[in-house]
Amino acid sequence: MTKADIVEIVFEKVGFSKKDVGHVIEEIFEVVKNTLEQGEKVKISGFGNFTIRQKRARRGRNPQTGTEITIDQRRVMTFKASQLLKKAINSSQAPQQPSA
Amino acid sequence: MTKSELIEAVSAKVTNFSRKDIEVIVDTLFDSMSASLSKGDKVEIRGFGSFKIKARDGRQGRNPKSGENIFIESKKVPFFKAGKEIRERINNSK
Repeated sequence: MTKADIVEIVFEKVGFSKKDVGHVIEEIFEVVKNTLEQGEKVKISGFGNFTIRQKRARRGRNPQTGTEITIDQRRVMTFKASQLLKKAINSSQAPQQPSA
Repeated sequence: MTKSELIEAVSAKVTNFSRKDIEVIVDTLFDSMSASLSKGDKVEIRGFGSFKIKARDGRQGRNPKSGENIFIESKKVPFFKAGKEIRERINNSK
């Protein structure tokens, strides 16, 4: 599923023009990204939480050449799925048979 | 930021939609992503990241409290990988 598929689903539900729906969806992700950029977490109840974590600098190794390198300190984004999402993922045990 | 704060912030930027409309769009957006993942499909949002499902085999575990042996059923767990744009953005603004 890509952003275009999401636009399609939302469009069918709300009925505004696809262009407008696409614009709103872009804006939603933009607000989430901006918030995370500022170091603030984003909590979507029923879906999960996006947080920023600070990683310290550490010594690493280029797995291809074996040379030692320093991995700079950096910030990373992590996602923790909500219980609801985890449940939903596991409730559909058998893969759906494609309907003929 | 919570979901209602997100709805608020998006409403402030998109003036041709009511707050209620934005709410429906935000809910439908995350619901559709959950539904897609529940079917085992992956979700890819360019610039943001991708979500996919990994299967975990069942394994022998132990109840840490009682020390009792138990079998942990196989399960599916969601994974997220941040996209290039967001990875760069969170490191360039500090």
